[in-house]
Amino acid sequence: MTFDPVMAEIRFGVGLSPDRAAPGSVNDMLGALAGPDAMAQAWPIARYAGAEPSFASIRAAALAIRDAPDTEAEARAMAHRDQLRENGREMYAANLATEVARTVDTTDGMRERLTRFWADHFTVRAVSGAVRHLVSPYIEEAIRPHVTGRFADMLRAVIVSPMMLVYLDQHLSLGPNSEAARKQVRGLNENLARELLELHTLGVDGAYTQTDVRELAELLTGLGWSARRGFRFRPNSAEPGAETVLGVDYGGGAPSLDDILNAMEGLALHPDTARHLAHKLAVHFIAPDPDPMLVQTMAARYLAASGDLLAMVEGMLLHPAAWAPTARKVKLPFDYIASALRALAVPPEVVAGASLQQVRQVVQFPMRVMGQTWQAPTGPDGWPEAAEEWITPQGMAGRISWAMQAPERLVDPLPDPREFVHHALGPEPPEPVAFAARAAETRTDGVGVVLASAAFNRR
Amino acid sequence: MQRRDFLMRSLALGCSAAAAPLVTPVAMAAAPWDTRLVVIILRGAMDGLDVIRPHGDAGFAPLRPGLGGAGDPGALDLDGFFGLHPGFERLHPLWRAGEFGAVHAVSTPYRDKRSHFDGQDILEAGLPGLQGGGLRDGWLNRMLQLRAGLEPEIAYAIGRERLLVLSGEAATARWSPEAELEVSANARQLLNIVHHDDPLFRDASADAIEIAESLALDAEMAEQTDAMMADSPMMEGVSMNRTHVKLAEFAASRLRGDTRIASFSINGWDTHAKQAGGLRHRGAALSDTILTLKAGLGEVWGKTAVLCLTEFGRTAAENGTGGTDHGTGGAMLFAGGALRGGQVLGDWPGLAEADLYARRDLMPTRDVRAHAAWVMAGLIGLNRDELEGAIFPGLEMGAPPGLLR
Repeated sequence: MTFDPVMAEIRFGVGLSPDRAAPGSVNDMLGALAGPDAMAQAWPIARYAGAEPSFASIRAAALAIRDAPDTEAEARAMAHRDQLRENGREMYAANLATEVARTVDTTDGMRERLTRFWADHFTVRAVSGAVRHLVSPYIEEAIRPHVTGRFADMLRAVIVSPMMLVYLDQHLSLGPNSEAARKQVRGLNENLARELLELHTLGVDGAYTQTDVRELAELLTGLGWSARRGFRFRPNSAEPGAETVLGVDYGGGAPSLDDILNAMEGLALHPDTARHLAHKLAVHFIAPDPDPMLVQTMAARYLAASGDLLAMVEGMLLHPAAWAPTARKVKLPFDYIASALRALAVPPEVVAGASLQQVRQVVQFPMRVMGQTWQAPTGPDGWPEAAEEWITPQGMAGRISWAMQAPERLVDPLPDPREFVHHALGPEPPEPVAFAARAAETRTDGVGVVLASAAFNRR
Repeated sequence: MQRRDFLMRSLALGCSAAAAPLVTPVAMAAAPWDTRLVVIILRGAMDGLDVIRPHGDAGFAPLRPGLGGAGDPGALDLDGFFGLHPGFERLHPLWRAGEFGAVHAVSTPYRDKRSHFDGQDILEAGLPGLQGGGLRDGWLNRMLQLRAGLEPEIAYAIGRERLLVLSGEAATARWSPEAELEVSANARQLLNIVHHDDPLFRDASADAIEIAESLALDAEMAEQTDAMMADSPMMEGVSMNRTHVKLAEFAASRLRGDTRIASFSINGWDTHAKQAGGLRHRGAALSDTILTLKAGLGEVWGKTAVLCLTEFGRTAAENGTGGTDHGTGGAMLFAGGALRGGQVLGDWPGLAEADLYARRDLMPTRDVRAHAAWVMAGLIGLNRDELEGAIFPGLEMGAPPGLLR
């Protein structure tokens, strides 16, 4: 139960590559995480604030059509709207390709994994097809910069993010006694408040009640958004007076965004939050029933470091239970495909430069058959963790089909399966897989069977 | 899964795994009962009060000014007291034919925390609560565990996502209509070798290959289904390309053969805001689904029961954003020729503030598991001990609710 480079790259990273070295020690891994985010620089994705087409430009295009009925201007406005839609579609595919390219190229694989973990923790779904391309920019702005920083900072970035406000209806919520509520029929909406407590911080077993949900919902009123102007704090919509969340009073003076941000600090540093996050992280990386001592250590380090997520990761990597030899987890479809591309040594620039059509054929559609519609999990609780959720007949049909068909389209000539088994699984692959690689009648079958094997799908 | 023994034997004997399809639907023993049960999980918490509107209750209008309370000309009267949401209007002919109905003011035993995920787990596990650790299995699976010698095809979990309600010790079949698989004979043998020591991968891969093959052999059956659907006037307005329609179509094709139970889910019922539009959209989807099942099942529809279950209801009052928040009591919808539709069953608790659960939600007056239990008793012949014991622990079935024909 000690560090092993192959295990480090497979379990905590993004899979082995014939031309990118696996980390040599826990210190290597932590050093990379503490350093600059090289992949974000090499393979940029727009941040939300600069991403186009934005909500505002999409809205403006719709208004332009409405304001110019039956004129030549209407035709122009419609052409403009169609162009924006096309740009959005292109950007959505490019975001996916870029995310895969980062994963294929990196030597700091755990950062990619942590980004996906926290993006899933703070799941948002695009409210319409026209803004699907804005999910990646949300992650780039609100999640990725904080995965090795303070959880409270991530939480604060998330709850002022338009993607989250719109996804969980917060922008529609008004304080029942607010000025705005007197003028219109709208009122309170508990959706975001409930998920903040249940999913994002304390966890469903945490020490909160319906009253805490209600009070937090009242505190969050004022987090406003409009397509035209984006996020704004709206004092007129905020419920007047102090709100008591988990026994702490927030606000009471003039409504202010700071009261809400302070409450996020309180939620982030709650011991139930530490336990919930540590357990979830350990379940994600290690096992469905992680060693309680490991979880306790991670939670304690997090709290001791004022909610620092790198400290929590360090607590995990330094614990012997993290290096238990049995691979209990399986790769999610995105990680499955990206790690296969790594093992196949597909160059990152080929991935990043793929056409819309190629991205759909090689990544997006196969992921869907494997059970993961990219950036569209069913609910705000994100993707399931259990291996049984993914390794189903249809999930395996998707994985086996991809393994048998995709490599041939991507790599010419295909590698010799006898070598490829080492690229994919390291110097000591399980003997049945090495045997299958030797026994295959064709390169296609040999490479395919290695990629479809339990050994490659588990970590 | 016992079927794996067969696979492993053929491998051990050195047979070519590719020689013949391992199992085809034709080879299966007939099921020990003949009725069909379809369980549709409506994820997100369907607003029973909006789908089956209690217009006759004086408390309804003030609670729902924007959601049918102020008198919605589109709503269809059901029995003078309840009205049907206009989005479900294509089911109204089934109501009149006695093939579509509802049970109101019901819920699972789940209370107070109002989490979708816990609520769905309890609904599918069929347990009184989540205490006692991990969720081992679902109630449909426990029902199958009580009957020995069933083939996995007796029950189909359909769709991309796992369905807890059918998961567990008893072997069941699971498939998503969009998956396809072609593997060479050589690769298939090698897959058996590399998965030999990993039961999860071994079973899933073997099932994938078997099902893909049986589907290829079933091409004739699929054509038959398509032809039946095309002939049905009821299918007017149903868009055949939608996922839920494909699920229903696939379910019907299985149920016309040896499958007796099918389950899948329809998502998107979490209408916190702008519910009027959202529910119209979901109503169309559920209507498509039920109409597709009816058309695809043909004569079998007469011995079919479709139960539509959701994790909980929603707040009695409309919220501030034209929607509703998580609540407690709700409605179960049902359809099929085996059930007595054309009625809204249940013990109506009223909507006065004092009658509400926690002064905010419709008060559940009966455990929805009792209705599922009575349906299974009638359709499958399970006895009360089995239903109140292994299948729905802690349930008191009470008197027959009058669901069965």
